[in-house]
Amino acid sequence: MNQIVELQGALDAHGERVEARQTIYVYEAPVRLWHWVNALCIVVLCISGWFIGSPLPSVPGEASQNFLMGYIRFAHFAAGQVIAVALLMRIYWAFVGNTYARQVFYLPFWDKTWLWGVWFELKWYLFLTKDPKKYIGHNPLGHVAMFAFMLFLVFMICTGFALYSEGTGIDSWQHALFGWVFGIFPNSQDVHTFHHLGMWAIVIFAIVHIYAAVREDIMSRQSMISSIISGERVFRDDFRD
Amino acid sequence: MSAGQETFYEVIRRQGITRRSFTKFCSLTAASLGLGPMAASQMAHALETKPRIPVIWMHGLECTCCSESFIRSAHPLVKDVVLSMISLDYDDTIMAAAGHQAEAILQETRQKYKGQYILAVEGNPPLNEGGMFCIDGGRPFVEKLKEMAEDAMAVIAWGACASWGCVQAAKPNPTQATPIDKVIKNKPIIKVPGCPPIAEVMTGVVTFVTTFGRLPELDRQGRPKMFYSQRIHDKCYRRPHFDAGQFVEEWDDDGARKGYCLYKMGCKGPTTYNACSTVRWNGGVSFPIQSGHGCIGCSEEGFWDKGSFYDRLTGINQFGIEANADKVGATVAGVVAAGVAAHAAVTAVKRVIKKPENVG
Ligand code: HEM
Ligand code: HEM
Ligand code: SF4
Ligand code: SF4
Repeated sequence: MNQIVELQGALDAHGERVEARQTIYVYEAPVRLWHWVNALCIVVLCISGWFIGSPLPSVPGEASQNFLMGYIRFAHFAAGQVIAVALLMRIYWAFVGNTYARQVFYLPFWDKTWLWGVWFELKWYLFLTKDPKKYIGHNPLGHVAMFAFMLFLVFMICTGFALYSEGTGIDSWQHALFGWVFGIFPNSQDVHTFHHLGMWAIVIFAIVHIYAAVREDIMSRQSMISSIISGERVFRDDFRD
Repeated sequence: MSAGQETFYEVIRRQGITRRSFTKFCSLTAASLGLGPMAASQMAHALETKPRIPVIWMHGLECTCCSESFIRSAHPLVKDVVLSMISLDYDDTIMAAAGHQAEAILQETRQKYKGQYILAVEGNPPLNEGGMFCIDGGRPFVEKLKEMAEDAMAVIAWGACASWGCVQAAKPNPTQATPIDKVIKNKPIIKVPGCPPIAEVMTGVVTFVTTFGRLPELDRQGRPKMFYSQRIHDKCYRRPHFDAGQFVEEWDDDGARKGYCLYKMGCKGPTTYNACSTVRWNGGVSFPIQSGHGCIGCSEEGFWDKGSFYDRLTGINQFGIEANADKVGATVAGVVAAGVAAHAAVTAVKRVIKKPENVG
C-alpha cells in the first residue's frame, strides 16, 4: 500500500495509480460547432429535398388555407442558407485555426507518409492488417472521404443557389453569383437532376461516415465520437508502432 | 425594293392609317414589351424617322410552326408588322416570287443593305455529309446561311430548332442538325425559343429590333429578357395549389377537375423560361396548363431528349435501363448499406475470435 498523499494523478479506490492516457486537443470549438450544424442541415436538406422531388399526397381544402409545399421548401431554403454561411465560417477558421482545421480542404499528395497511410488504412478496412495506427487528425483514408464530401457540399451549394436564383429572379445576387451554373447546364431540368443525384452522394457518404466513426470508436486505439463532441483525442495505449 | 427607304410612318399613312391610331399602336407595343413610359414616344419618333429595316427570313430543317405562329399574332397584328413595319424582302414560304427571281433578292439585299438587314432563321442547318441533308436553292442550306449571315446586322434564331436544335437534333442526331449559334459565331444572335415561340413574342422582338435598330437586352442564354426572364411556374395561375401541396395525381382524378397543380404529372413549368403563363396563346385565349396539361418545356435546351413529358423526375438512361435520380441513388445507397452491414458483421466476428489474445 502506498501513502495516498504522496501520489499524484488519478487513483482508483485502492490508491493504485491509473495509467496516464495521452490526450490532444484536435477539433477546436468552431470546427465542432460547424460539424454538428452541418450534420443537422444535411438531415433537414435531405428530408425536405426528398419531398420537393416527390411531394406528399395532396392536402384537402382551400389552397389559401394550406402551405405545405411552401413550408417544406422554406425549410430547404433556410437550411441551405445556413449550411452556406456555416461553410464560409468554416473556411475562415481553416485560416486561423490549428493544422487539423485545414485538413478537409486539401489532400497532401506530395506527402509520402500520407500516401502510405491511405494504403495502410485501405488494408485495415479490408481486414488485411491486424492493428490500426493512431492519428491525431483524420486518418488518411477518412481524410480522402472528408475532402470528397467537401467537394459535394460545394457542388450542392452552387447548384442549390442556382436553383434558388430561378425564384428570386435574374437580377438577384443569387443569380449574379451562381447563374454561371446555367452556362454549364442551359436547361435547369439538368441542374435539378444533378442536385438530386448529389443528395444521394451525400447520403452514401453519411452512411459510410457514421459507420466508420462508430466502428473506429470501438476498434481503433483512439477516441472518435467523443472527439468530435469535446474536441479531445484520447489515445488508448502507449505501444510503439 | 424601293419601299426599303421609306419609314414605317410614311407607309402606314399612305395606307390611310390615322396619326391617332399610330400613337395608340406605339403605346400598346411599348407596353407589351414591358418598356417604360418614355418608350412610346421614342418608338413613335424612331418609326417616323428611320427607314424600315429589311428582313430576310430563311428556312432550314424545320416544320414551319414558327411561321404558323407568327402569322397569327394579335398584338401587333402581323399584317402591320409584315406589310408596314419591316420590309420583309425574302421569305420563301410566304413570298410571291419563286425560283431564280427569289434567289436574286438575297444577293440584292446583301449588296444594297450590307450590315443593315436582319437575318431571321427558322430551323437549323444539318452539318453532316457537307450539309447535304438540307438542300435549298440547289445547295446546302448551311452555305446559304453563312453567306447571308456574313453581311447581316444581327441574326434572329426562331424557335427551338434555331435556338437549341429541337427534335431533328435528338439523339443520335444522324444529320448533325446544329443550332444557329454553333454555326454563326461572328454576329449578334438573339434566340427566341419555343416550339413554336408565342406569336406576340415573335412580333414583339421584331418590333423592338426594327424600331430601335438594336437587339433588346439578352439573358445568359441569348434570349430577350423581356419575354424569357421568368419561368412558366413563376406566373402560373395554378401556383397557389403548388405551394399548398395540392396536386393532380392522375389525369382523371378529383384534383384534375379542381385544377390542381400539374407538378406530379411531369409539368416542366418550374424549369421552363417562356411567357406562356402571362402572354398566353391564340390572342390570350389559353395556354397548355390552363387547358389541363403540363408544360413540356418546349422552349428549353434539349427538352426533346430529357425523358418522358409526364415524369416529375427526369429519366436517366445512361445505364441502358429506365431510371431516375432516385432509382440510381437508392440503388447505389442500398448496395453501400449492404456493404457496410457485411463489413460490420465481419468486424464483429473477427473481434469475437480475436478477443482472448488481445485483452490488456
Ligand atoms: C450521428 C452522426 C455523426 C457522427 C457520429 C459523426 C462523427 C464524426 C467524427 C467522429 C468525426 C471526426 C473524424 C476523425 O476524428 O477523423 C467527424 C468528422 C466529420 N464529419 Fe461527422 N459525424 C456524424 C454526422 C455527419 C454528417 C451527417 C456529415 C455530413 C454529411 C458529417 C461530416 C463530417 C465532416 C466533413 C467531418 C470532418 C470535420 C473537420 O475536420 O472539419 N458528419 N464526424
Ligand atoms: C447537401 C445539401 C442539399 C441536398 C441534399 C439537397 C437536396 C435537394 C433535392 C433532393 C431537391 C429536389 C430536386 C428535384 O428533384 O427537383 C432539391 C431542390 C432544391 N434545392 Fe436543394 N439540397 C441541398 C442543398 C441546397 C442548397 C444549399 C440550396 C440553396 C439555397 C438548395 C436549394 C434548392 C432549390 C432552390 C431546389 C428546387 C426547389 C424547387 O424546385 O421547388 N439546396 N434539393
Ligand atoms: S402547373 Fe406546372 S407551372 Fe403551374 S404551378 Fe404547377 S408545376 Fe408550376
Ligand atoms: S407551356 Fe411550356 S410546353 Fe407549352 S408552349 Fe409554353 S413553354 Fe412550350
